[in-house]
Amino acid sequence: MFRIIKKEQLAPNIYLMDVEAERIAKHALPGQFLIVRVDADGERIPLTICDYDPEKGIVQIVFQVIGGETYRMSLLEEGDSFHDMVGPLGRPSDLTELPVEELKNKKICFIAGGVGTAPVYCQLKWLKNNGVDVDCIQGARSSDLIILEDEMAAVSSLHVCTDDGSKGIKGNVCVALQQLIDEGHSFDRVVAIGPMIMMKFVCQLTKELGIETIVSMNPIMVDGTGMCGACRLTVGSEVKFACVDGPEFDGHQVNFDEAMKRMTLYKTEEGRLYLQAKEGDSHHGGCGMCD
Amino acid sequence: MTMDMFKRVPVREQDPKVRATNFNEVCLGYNKEEAEAEAQRCLNCKKPFCVQGCPVSINIPGFIAKLKDGDVEGAYNVISESSALPAICGRVCPQETQCEGKCVRGIKGEAVSIGKLERYVADTAKEMGLKPQPAAEKNGKKVAVIGSGPAGLTCAGDLAKLGYDVTIFEALHKAGGVLVYGIPEFRLPKDAVVQKEIENVKSLGVKIELDCVIGKSTTIDSLLKEEGFDAVFIGSGAGLPRFMHIPGEQSLGVFSANEYLTRSNLMQAFKDESRTPIMKAKKCVVVGGGNVAMDAARTALRLGAETHIVYRRSDEELPARREEIEHAKHEGVIFNLLTNPTEIHADENGWVKSITCVKMELGEPDESGRRSPVVIPGSEFEIECDCVIMSLGTSPNPLIASTTEGLEVNRRKCIVADEATGMTSKENVYAGGDAVTGAATVILAMGAGKTAAKGIHEYLSDE
Repeated sequence: MFRIIKKEQLAPNIYLMDVEAERIAKHALPGQFLIVRVDADGERIPLTICDYDPEKGIVQIVFQVIGGETYRMSLLEEGDSFHDMVGPLGRPSDLTELPVEELKNKKICFIAGGVGTAPVYCQLKWLKNNGVDVDCIQGARSSDLIILEDEMAAVSSLHVCTDDGSKGIKGNVCVALQQLIDEGHSFDRVVAIGPMIMMKFVCQLTKELGIETIVSMNPIMVDGTGMCGACRLTVGSEVKFACVDGPEFDGHQVNFDEAMKRMTLYKTEEGRLYLQAKEGDSHHGGCGMCD
Repeated sequence: MTMDMFKRVPVREQDPKVRATNFNEVCLGYNKEEAEAEAQRCLNCKKPFCVQGCPVSINIPGFIAKLKDGDVEGAYNVISESSALPAICGRVCPQETQCEGKCVRGIKGEAVSIGKLERYVADTAKEMGLKPQPAAEKNGKKVAVIGSGPAGLTCAGDLAKLGYDVTIFEALHKAGGVLVYGIPEFRLPKDAVVQKEIENVKSLGVKIELDCVIGKSTTIDSLLKEEGFDAVFIGSGAGLPRFMHIPGEQSLGVFSANEYLTRSNLMQAFKDESRTPIMKAKKCVVVGGGNVAMDAARTALRLGAETHIVYRRSDEELPARREEIEHAKHEGVIFNLLTNPTEIHADENGWVKSITCVKMELGEPDESGRRSPVVIPGSEFEIECDCVIMSLGTSPNPLIASTTEGLEVNRRKCIVADEATGMTSKENVYAGGDAVTGAATVILAMGAGKTAAKGIHEYLSDE
């Protein structure tokens, strides 16, 4: 179970994997996530689902190496297996619950940042299969970090932007969105998935522009089924659990500053584990935890 | 050996000062001499009230009689007729309010130490390699059990003994439910006790599928219609942790007891080599007075924190077992009773720095019969701390109810199940344990699992 049948490196630190996971593939919908563990001692890592094939029983994940556990995941090769994979977790995107005719009349713009591209792809593909055309802005720092570009272009009207201008529009995703609107595009919904800081600034802009905005939150989690409350967020005046109430929320209601603060909870600890995993016995300093 | 028959044989424990710094089991249990001496105290009553006090009706005088003769195997077989998890129950059951609470010896002296004797039998049987007996013949019927906690394991074990083909579906990566994620190592050793008992259930032929969240990875309807199960038992346990909804509760360093304990127990974060981080606080405030609060406080203490229990009523009303409260006190947990938090304060980086509390006094009894706490005006004071753990109980997880058509829930969102059979409003679906009652005890969940196994067997036999 949970055997890796395809592994691809998409960018310096970003990997794609197709994994056998029959139950997840059969029941997954866009917007949902799963949790993996590398081995018997592994940490539970939540990842958004990038694609799924119910017939073949395969799910696709895309992840960026940001800590000890994602580094260890990147060392797995085709033919290796994850120790655990559980899902699909969280609620599907509300788009999957709307009548297709209504969706066709909606003007939706997706905004994908970094590895957030993977979950956006999942939604774009579902919409395309249902005959719904949408725009998508895909942003990264520079052209080498733009992933899955052909796949994204095949399922949306794609607008690439890079901070350094090495590809597409020069500037971040907010600049790109403003430019599209200045060019005469109009949108009645934005779906932004990427780093929290990106989602925060997109929401500031779309609030001014009066465009309803959905974001996908990825806070710290343990079980992913509502049991621990680690993933709690303030949305409007309420406390919500990202794992069972989300991960998608009304972006204009999310308290991003608080959510970003909560992400720093185990930061030093994660950095230490990353260095430990990467450098092994050769680790001598630099993690901030040792002399 | 001369002994005072009014007093129980004391059980050996790790010294409080030593155990406050480790995660080894606190209670060391009886040895052969101690167990046989304690067994002599049983009066073998004609009308054994202790059995009435046991939610799974273990023949208590029966197993103790075997023990008097030194026949551990015989004693184990008597217990196994009623319980699949004796090593666990001997450790975590609230015997003082159940079997031991009804013991005739307790009227004039101390009740027979039934829990410690059960534990001795289970542990010794394990050392002797004794296992429960599997069914002689399979009956060809399939039952799905949701959740591998005490309710699910008991229900699965009983059905397997009756010849059913049973599969347990567990959401986490490890079987055991609350026995694994909730109750700490120092109270219930995971490898030596919990995993061994799960192995025993498996040896009856029960299969366990891990990483499968019913309501997400598949549904009850598809288990019944597509996967060929004849009945389903829901033992999915308690649910979402409650918070106080006071200012500052989102600060860094505020955890639910569920999160803190899951990290330490399931993910083994108390070990240095664990990949799962856990906050090692300097000064920790645990809010609540139940068994879970005691577990969280004693865990924080062992991880090096000065630990306080903040509870709004008085010592008498603490809902935790007396044994757990005493253990916590001996280890150095400080109890701030008649105290209730009103606000958590954070530093400029968002980390907890203190908690404001008010003093309470007890007023008239409320609907639960406990005197309700009332704020003393102007009694605000601050406790400096870097960690706050909320242990305020749980509300039911909606995952299964919201994805199963025709499954009735009550006002509190708990699944409605018949007390005598475990039957729910949906055909072929049974339920028991915390998913039905809200947070309760391991043994009550086991009792419900047992009742449902009987209910399922009667129903499927009639078809």
